[in-house]
Amino acid sequence: MNTTNTTVQTQEPSSRRLVMSMAIAGFISGMIIIAIYMLTFDTIKENKARELRLAVFKVLPHVSHMQKLHFKDNKLVVVKADGMDDEMIFAGYDKDKKFIGYAIQGKAPGFQDTVHVLYGYLSSNSNITGMEILDSRETPGLGDKIFKDMDFVGEFINLPMHKDIKAVKKGTKTHENEIDAITGATISSKVVVKIINQAFKKWSPRLAEQGNEPALELYEAKVNKESQ
Amino acid sequence: MATDVSAYEEMIKGLWRDNPVFVQVLGMCPMLAVTNSAINAVVMGLATFFVLVTSSFLVSSFKQWIPKQVRISLYVIIIATFVTVVDYSILAMLPAIHKELGAFIPLIVANCMILGRQEAFASKHNVKYAVMDAVGMSGGFMIALLALGSVREILGVGALFGVDLFGANFEPWVIMILPPGGFLTLGLLLLFFNWFTERRRQFLIKVADADRMLAVEKVSTEGVKDNG
Repeated sequence: MNTTNTTVQTQEPSSRRLVMSMAIAGFISGMIIIAIYMLTFDTIKENKARELRLAVFKVLPHVSHMQKLHFKDNKLVVVKADGMDDEMIFAGYDKDKKFIGYAIQGKAPGFQDTVHVLYGYLSSNSNITGMEILDSRETPGLGDKIFKDMDFVGEFINLPMHKDIKAVKKGTKTHENEIDAITGATISSKVVVKIINQAFKKWSPRLAEQGNEPALELYEAKVNKESQ
Repeated sequence: MATDVSAYEEMIKGLWRDNPVFVQVLGMCPMLAVTNSAINAVVMGLATFFVLVTSSFLVSSFKQWIPKQVRISLYVIIIATFVTVVDYSILAMLPAIHKELGAFIPLIVANCMILGRQEAFASKHNVKYAVMDAVGMSGGFMIALLALGSVREILGVGALFGVDLFGANFEPWVIMILPPGGFLTLGLLLLFFNWFTERRRQFLIKVADADRMLAVEKVSTEGVKDNG
């Protein structure tokens, strides 16, 4: 079969033929990629949105409705659009549409790649109610304990946030603003703490005064079912 | 019947005799990077399997129309298209695993084992043999990935496929899931593989020798009989 192949091509193919074959291959390949992109786009978007929503419900207990707030012109306004950017946070509300707390995102470079963190915050007693890692590429088995090690994650539940929190060596925690770092993942633990400190500094002056929180304008009704 | 035997032979050779990792030492990047747990190894193996089989099929079917001056670029276009398809499919169907494999799925394009099979085999053989060869080679690749991934996960985390094996008293060898552990394990596996192959060769030589001795003896005794 090889010989037929070479006899066909004994003459040098013209450059036009070479360019044409590349162009055709490129065109077909582009078509396939666009098709698979369009096929999977909705699922991927849905997955991400669901993940984020589930995370909000995890970090803010007793929440049944939520809405997105955008910090613009020195105040928080409710947004309905899809998508998320650095100037947006979530507000969580209970069954009676009463305000509970905020879920705030932050990110910073970790050991290998950017770590995205979402934490719940109660402005009434300035407590952090929980922390969830949205995205990270920390070393499997070590750095990924920032979301796999439940002891570490648990330290962020009801953590008072009166001053900056600090990661200390495991077992040496003495103050209430200190967090036991994970053995073997000191950098990753410190990154999580740093992200929360940064986000806290950025957002605490921006949050509405207590009692003045934006009222629930729209809520995502399906949420409750999915969170269970 | 004869063709079936040789097609089978093309498949079987990739699994052991010409194993892409242990014998050809190809595809080292994903080999070392994603084998820190068995499940990552399996997904990586499946992704490579899909890409290699489909690209081999296409390259082999279109080999008459691929001008040899631009063949490598065309192979890369074909491979890259399928890698993108796999990337989006995993992102849509298995978002959790995609999180872990992340950067390494697009890198399948650069796996020299895949390009190597197109150039060395698929472009010179007909579709049936090309697909059989691709199945065998990616099967061999998956076996190697799984071997490495299991050893590293068992020693480095004390678990296999996420199932705890040794209980709380086991102190994991953290180094095994870090990059050095990959090199150590691969080195030891290569050592074992070569030792085994060499032993088998020696054994076969011994058997052949014994056979020859037996034959010689038989001839000489027959000769004696004739003389008598």
